[in-house]
Amino acid sequence: MSVNISVRNAVKRYGAVTIIPDLSIEIKDKEFFTLLGPSGCGKTTLLRMIAGFNTIEGGEFYFNETCINEMEVSKRNIGMVFQNYAIFPHYTVQQNVEFGLKNRRLSRDEIKNATREFLELMQIQEYHDRMPERLSGGQQQRVALARALVIKPDVLLMDEPLSNLDAKLRLEMRQAIRNLQKEVGITTVYVTHDQEEAMAISDRIAVMKDGVIQHVGTPQEIYHRPANIFVATFIGRTNLLNAHYSAANKSIQLDDFSFPMENIAASEEGPVVLSIRPEDFTMSKEDSGGIKSTITDSIFLGLNTHFMVALPGGQEIEIIHESVLDLDFKSGDRVYLTIKVDKINVFSEDGNRNLSRDV
Amino acid sequence: MSNIMRRKKLDVWSLVTFIVLGLYVLFLIYPLFNLLAQSVVDKKTGAFTMAYFIKFFSKPYYFNTLLNSFKVTFAVTLLTVLLGTPLAYFFTRFEIRGKGFLRVLIILSSMSAPFIGAYSWILLLGRNGVITQFFRESMGIQFPSIYGFTGILVVLTLQLYPLIFLYITGALKNVDNSLLEAAENLGCSGFRRFRIIVIPLILPTLFAGGLLVFMRSLADFGTPMLIGEGFRTFPVTIFNEFISELGGDDGFAAAISIIAIIITTFIFLIQRYLSTRKTFTMNSMNKIRPIKATGLTKVLIHIYSYGLIGLSIMPQFYIFYTSFKKVNGTTFVPGYSFGSYATAFDRVGRAITNTLLIPGVSLVIIVFFAAFIAYITVRRRNVFTGIADTVSMVPYIIPGSVVGITLLIAFNKPPILLSGTMLIMVIGLVLRRLPYTIRSSVAVLQQIPLNIEEAAQSLGASKLKTFYKITMPMMAAGLVAGAILSWVTMISELATAILLYTGRTKTLTVEIYTQIIRGNYGIAAALSTILAVLTVTSLLIFNKISGSSEISM
Ligand SMILES: Nc1ncnc2c1ncn2[C@@H]1O[C@H](COP(=O)(O)OP(=O)(O)O)[C@@H](O)[C@H]1O
Ligand SMILES: [Mg+2]
Repeated sequence: MSVNISVRNAVKRYGAVTIIPDLSIEIKDKEFFTLLGPSGCGKTTLLRMIAGFNTIEGGEFYFNETCINEMEVSKRNIGMVFQNYAIFPHYTVQQNVEFGLKNRRLSRDEIKNATREFLELMQIQEYHDRMPERLSGGQQQRVALARALVIKPDVLLMDEPLSNLDAKLRLEMRQAIRNLQKEVGITTVYVTHDQEEAMAISDRIAVMKDGVIQHVGTPQEIYHRPANIFVATFIGRTNLLNAHYSAANKSIQLDDFSFPMENIAASEEGPVVLSIRPEDFTMSKEDSGGIKSTITDSIFLGLNTHFMVALPGGQEIEIIHESVLDLDFKSGDRVYLTIKVDKINVFSEDGNRNLSRDV
Repeated sequence: MSNIMRRKKLDVWSLVTFIVLGLYVLFLIYPLFNLLAQSVVDKKTGAFTMAYFIKFFSKPYYFNTLLNSFKVTFAVTLLTVLLGTPLAYFFTRFEIRGKGFLRVLIILSSMSAPFIGAYSWILLLGRNGVITQFFRESMGIQFPSIYGFTGILVVLTLQLYPLIFLYITGALKNVDNSLLEAAENLGCSGFRRFRIIVIPLILPTLFAGGLLVFMRSLADFGTPMLIGEGFRTFPVTIFNEFISELGGDDGFAAAISIIAIIITTFIFLIQRYLSTRKTFTMNSMNKIRPIKATGLTKVLIHIYSYGLIGLSIMPQFYIFYTSFKKVNGTTFVPGYSFGSYATAFDRVGRAITNTLLIPGVSLVIIVFFAAFIAYITVRRRNVFTGIADTVSMVPYIIPGSVVGITLLIAFNKPPILLSGTMLIMVIGLVLRRLPYTIRSSVAVLQQIPLNIEEAAQSLGASKLKTFYKITMPMMAAGLVAGAILSWVTMISELATAILLYTGRTKTLTVEIYTQIIRGNYGIAAALSTILAVLTVTSLLIFNKISGSSEISM
């Protein structure tokens, strides 16, 4: 079944406090859609509104053409994976997975076959007789997924499902969830505060802050052309630099240094903020027309080395350079920086707008 | 490594362990063996005999009391579970108007001595009770008798369902809300969800609470004595046999006591077996939050809560009210006065000071012992501390009147003559209350990370100093809160005190009981009110200290 979710002007209040003032999103059929944002921004709240656990103070929620605002939780046909899995501790693995099927009054054979199918899909068939307390975190996670999916839901909702796992398992399960979602082909809404996880797993991401969606797009769009400074800093690392844009010359003035900038919409003139990712600088000892700067510190992190560099105007930036055996940059060295101009983002001075033309 | 080194050296905690064990041997093990010996030895000939046991089981007069006790105890346990569990679920799951106030009433209704409730119900529904009379005279309706089985059932149920309520409320705190949501999400909600998800999760607690109710109900002496009339229960028989044969033949009372202990031990083991098999580890990240009920659900929930709680607090309010009624001789007459209070203070003698002194002294001992025993059983696990742990729990399953009899038989003659002293009453209270305080102290201690103590020792504090400078203060709030609850239970204790008291060591409950038996209802009401004020004050202090209205028994 194909289901797209449409949220129109949703409002959520707890008493007098408004958590979500006015939020709209369109989630496409079979899409892996992630709500990403700092803790407390309202991701869980929104997800639980879709699931039906939270009251809705305003707006409409649609599954295809059906408004689900008033629909009971158990009628929405949603598969849900909770942050702490919510495995029933008094049931075995198999009984947990069967639970939703039994509530649907299916025949015994149907229940048995479907349960077997998903236990196998999640590779937990061998534990089917175990009590949950004798499972590892990753196994519990698989039970939770099997239990959510076995009922053939229209929509799969997951709230930080990986946050209780150790780092290695997290990577493994991340891949497993991604593959499973594609295999089953189900519209999925996924909540996380981990931007790397979001990028790795999602078709599209909605970046949220204070109950407001800042940017919706593919991981690439969000990384390369963030809608505003919040998104630019929340996703990956970046250097923010105050600069000046001159519309007449189509150029950017950064301290004493200026470089051409074609990619800016219309006649914006005046102070701007540049967002330049640490990997978008190149450092060189020879002066080939770069910004004359000084290395103040360096941290060796294996694959890469991070350098702290002071610009002539006093602003400090971070640069990431691939580590090589005989890298001869060290603290105190004078270096010349060049910028990969097509990759940088230019924001309005208040940081709310990306001025790049291709946004 | 460090464990091995620790075990080799005899440190201060080994000393504490042996002192604790020594005291238990003297005041618990020896009296119990003595009791056993008394029950199988013919006093005149000194020969082994099973005569006392044969007497008990061959005469229906005695044996039936056992059956009666079981009948009423099972009925009470079942009824408290059926009433208390839904109440706890409603309180956790729904918004209820005046919830905080209701909670206070629940706790209050459970904190008084059951026999005071019995006596109040007699005043309300007894042969000449105000309600009975009202219906008889104005409508010609004859109420069914409150005496006997029904009366005991009503009084004990209304008195003890709060225990189930408190236990289950506690257990529901550990049930993660997402379990309920997951069930609903998978198509299971309402009563069905309560039955197949919630109940199995709280089952171990339900068993534990049921056991507590069972023990209390089985051991209760005052209620059947007052309201039981022809329906004689076990503790009443023990008391009667012992009192009437005091100074003569203790053997029969000892034999009945032994039977009682065997039965309660058996029940205890069954409960243990049932609940250890069904325990789940749960970590509740999202507690169940109360939601607004609507429509009929809302109405029914409110009727149920207010009805049940109102019924259980009514006896106390009625006592309070009658304490201000005018009294002529032993009957209430129209009008109000402080006469009962005046007479009460006049006659009560040392009962009030005793009620502060005896439980007070006991309390200090209990707190220290509980802290010590908890410490050695949590931090110094070995064979001896294990024994101390087990032995300290033994009194939990011995009915109060049996504790009294055991101590009396053991210490009524030299070399250790304690009967009639305040000390023997203190020992009785300490023995009975320690198991509860130790359990709560253990729970508190398990929350304190071990490395805090290691840090103190690495900074040069001795073991003892670490204990009283670091561990004790960290345990303090929990200890004191537990202690106040012990205190409240001790000041309303009757079963042990009624056996151990003499004129000089009479307590308030004993005095109230005596006044009720003599028919001085005014004085009894006044004294009950004083006791209630004492209880309420203590609970207020408890709230202040523990910073919450959470009470666990
Ligand atoms: N039941 C509630 N009552 C009041 N405030 C709540 C409740 N649940 C969440 N909030 C508030 O709503 C905001 C968003 O919470 P949440 O959706 O859980 O954030 P996230 O999942 O993004 O970390 C937070 O400020 C939180 O304090
Ligand atoms: Mg959240």
